[in-house]
Amino acid sequence: MNSIIEIRDVSKAYGGVVANKDISLDVEQGTITGLIGPNGSGKTTLFNSIVGYHPIDSGSIRFEDKEISRIQVQDIARLGLIRTFQQTRIYKAMNCVENMLISLPHRKMRFLEAFSRNSATDFENADRLLEFVGLYEKRFLMAGSLSFGQQKLLEFAMALMNEPKTLLLDEPTAGINPTLINGLVDRLLRANREFGITLFVIEHNMRVIMNLARKIYCLAHGELLAQGTPGDIQNDQRVIDAYLGAH
Amino acid sequence: MDQVLFNLSLLGEYPIVNLKIVIDGIMIGALFALAAYGLALVWGVMNVKNLAQGDFVIAGGYVSWWLAKYGVHPLLGVPAAFVVMWGIGWVAYKLVISRVVEKDLFTSLLATFGLAIMMAQILNLLFGSDTQSIKLDYDTLYFFDGFIDVPIAKLLGVLLAATLAACVIIFMKSSRMGQAIRATAQDARAARVLGIDTEKVYAFTFSLNSAICGAAGAIVVMVWVIQPFYGITHSIRAFVIVTAAGLGNLPGVIAAGLGIGALEQYGSHIFGIGYQQAIAVMLLLAVLIFRLIQQRRVRKSLQ
Amino acid sequence: MKSGKLVLYSVAVLFTLLAPFIMPDFKTQLATLWLMIIVALTWDMTGGQMGYNSLGNIFFYGTGMYVAAVICIALTHDVGSYTNAFSDQVYVFSDAEYFTGVMIGILGAGVFCSACALIIGYLTFGLRGPYFAIGTLGVAIAAGELVSNWDWVGGGQGISLPVFPYDLEQGKIFFYALFAATGVLLFIFLRWLYTTRFGAAINAIRDDEEKAEAMGIHTLRYKLTTWSIAAFFIGVVGGISAFQLIHFEPLETAYQTINLGIFMVVCVLLGGKGTLWGPVIGAIVFHLFKEVTWNYLLGWQWVALGALIVITVVYFRDGIMGWLMSVKPEWFGIRVEKKSEDAMQEAGT
Repeated sequence: MNSIIEIRDVSKAYGGVVANKDISLDVEQGTITGLIGPNGSGKTTLFNSIVGYHPIDSGSIRFEDKEISRIQVQDIARLGLIRTFQQTRIYKAMNCVENMLISLPHRKMRFLEAFSRNSATDFENADRLLEFVGLYEKRFLMAGSLSFGQQKLLEFAMALMNEPKTLLLDEPTAGINPTLINGLVDRLLRANREFGITLFVIEHNMRVIMNLARKIYCLAHGELLAQGTPGDIQNDQRVIDAYLGAH
Repeated sequence: MDQVLFNLSLLGEYPIVNLKIVIDGIMIGALFALAAYGLALVWGVMNVKNLAQGDFVIAGGYVSWWLAKYGVHPLLGVPAAFVVMWGIGWVAYKLVISRVVEKDLFTSLLATFGLAIMMAQILNLLFGSDTQSIKLDYDTLYFFDGFIDVPIAKLLGVLLAATLAACVIIFMKSSRMGQAIRATAQDARAARVLGIDTEKVYAFTFSLNSAICGAAGAIVVMVWVIQPFYGITHSIRAFVIVTAAGLGNLPGVIAAGLGIGALEQYGSHIFGIGYQQAIAVMLLLAVLIFRLIQQRRVRKSLQ
Repeated sequence: MKSGKLVLYSVAVLFTLLAPFIMPDFKTQLATLWLMIIVALTWDMTGGQMGYNSLGNIFFYGTGMYVAAVICIALTHDVGSYTNAFSDQVYVFSDAEYFTGVMIGILGAGVFCSACALIIGYLTFGLRGPYFAIGTLGVAIAAGELVSNWDWVGGGQGISLPVFPYDLEQGKIFFYALFAATGVLLFIFLRWLYTTRFGAAINAIRDDEEKAEAMGIHTLRYKLTTWSIAAFFIGVVGGISAFQLIHFEPLETAYQTINLGIFMVVCVLLGGKGTLWGPVIGAIVFHLFKEVTWNYLLGWQWVALGALIVITVVYFRDGIMGWLMSVKPEWFGIRVEKKSEDAMQEAGT
């Protein structure tokens, strides 16, 4: 198995506060990888470093063997590395289908193709993915009128519409009704299996991440604390201490 | 072009000219810094980018000029302009600004632009479009065999500006209202939760800004000239200074203000007085593009 | 609904064709109305559809005027000596020279302004929100000041162009036709553009640029293209205006930052930002209001303009179309939650 994302010795400090210190990890092609850690352990900072929201102080981040730690957000996105936001970001004043159509993979489009209308296939894809996340009935509603959980599902569908190679999900289950969580986990697994998308997931819900990921990294105080299979992580005393605050 | 080269060579041949330009620039720049400080205040506290800033300055100048016509001493015109512009600022807040504080930024920018057009036109109708100034019959100090002339009136102006700035800064640091303003600037919602009447704070801040501008204008009319339509250039200067210095950076605002004053004097010495407005605006573009490149380096955009 | 639209468009086309003959005394005002519609529509391309509020679009209008004039003169004469205020030489243009000059001048103005938009846009599109508005305002003011100091193009005196070679009334119809043709072309173009992926992409930039970037949309490319198309049309009408006005000068006519430069923003806000018809309706309402009231305001008209801006911005932000949309959402195909049953039924059948 080869790594699609390779992070080596990445450090990032905000003023005097060290958010990430010498972090090295790999996300393997075609797998689901988890990233856990207590609040403030630097998970979202690491995500932001990967997708280019801020410069890193030192280290290297490679995506498909290409150094991406110096290029801009949209260039990274066009390589096929897409993220979703912890606070969902969708186009609230458009309906679901329009949201989906905007998310067409622009990296696969020639510029002149932008001057045409969306094809029947695009509409079919949008409908199919909305059905996949269970929003088909609501597809003509304004996205802003959906519940928070539904908006999250819509954002997930939009990310899939973009046909990414790798998808970074920042707490996909936060704020979602517990009864819907199993369905979401199932969809994440299917997205990985059926569409072949590599997933890198920040998650607080232990039950979810244990069911989802094959490999898990745990951060604490900005440093990589532990890594391994769900089983290893569950039994790792350091991880348990970190979560209980003994650290 | 020849003229420009000649003016440039003058700077090299007579270094003393540089000193004169810098002194002139700093004396003007002190007033720019004052207006910019006001802008930084409303920008930081209320997130309103006030394009009518320069028109408050000009209006303050006209208050003092008008009083001087009736024999009021120009130095008394400064506090008078402070008080009058406080009132005008309060009215502007209640009628317009209070309704755009929470809206998106372009709304407040455009609303204040409308305000700026209104004020400039009203001043034009009331006082005519001629340039005006107040001549103070104080002596002029000469240095370096008369190469450098510093009119005492200008010196007095700088002194007044410094005093006013010091008063405002002490007020912001030590008074209850100053504390409330600073708290609101950091987090308006938290301030509200803690029982601060942010509406009152906003009204006070905007009136204070307007009053500072008014006082600055009353000094401008003593040391320079005013004209109803010069407001926009003053606004742009204030933006340049705040953009260059960043919000909440008082020493930066003062330094940038003095620097802009000096640069403008250099510009109008080299290219001629006809380019003064253009130079002020070009400085804005230069600063914006410079900041943009800076931001791009940290993968951000200027917003 | 379909036939209603057809009737609406036919009436609009008929009116456009017949207006100068029905109201022969108002040919110039009608031409100006088209000018307002065009600048409002182009301002809305960036301001309404893309969320980049420019206060400096007047730059393209002024530049268009100058470029068109310089091209027209340069085709047959030496520009420097033509614009020299102290020479008493008379310059003559034959009919053919005049009309080639006008046509090439207008197109050249459009192309030049397009190129300017690419350059200025490349420098300023990293600026978001109010910085972009102030930056573009700065460009317009600086350009006016610099041109008024540039003797080769007449300095502060401006440029006088040759007069329309035939009858004056025919000239008025000629310029009306140029404005109207540009306007109709622009409207049809935008009507199509806003239904394409391009339209959706610039709307995405308006609603959440960071998200659009995160989804890999080539934001800079879209922004530059949009602004340069807008600049092309503004440049063209600037060029037409130059020939229509015959004489123009830099600060009051060409780079008229607070007249036309702010009128276009007011028109769009009045009519409704981000809609196709909003700018058109806004321009008509504003132009009527202006023509009717201007002369009765006795010098206070500019104060009234300032007040109008403030009132529109503060109390009537969504404009006429925005208001209609909130009152009659079904006219615009907007569905709200209570309509979801219909949507489901539709999906079932």
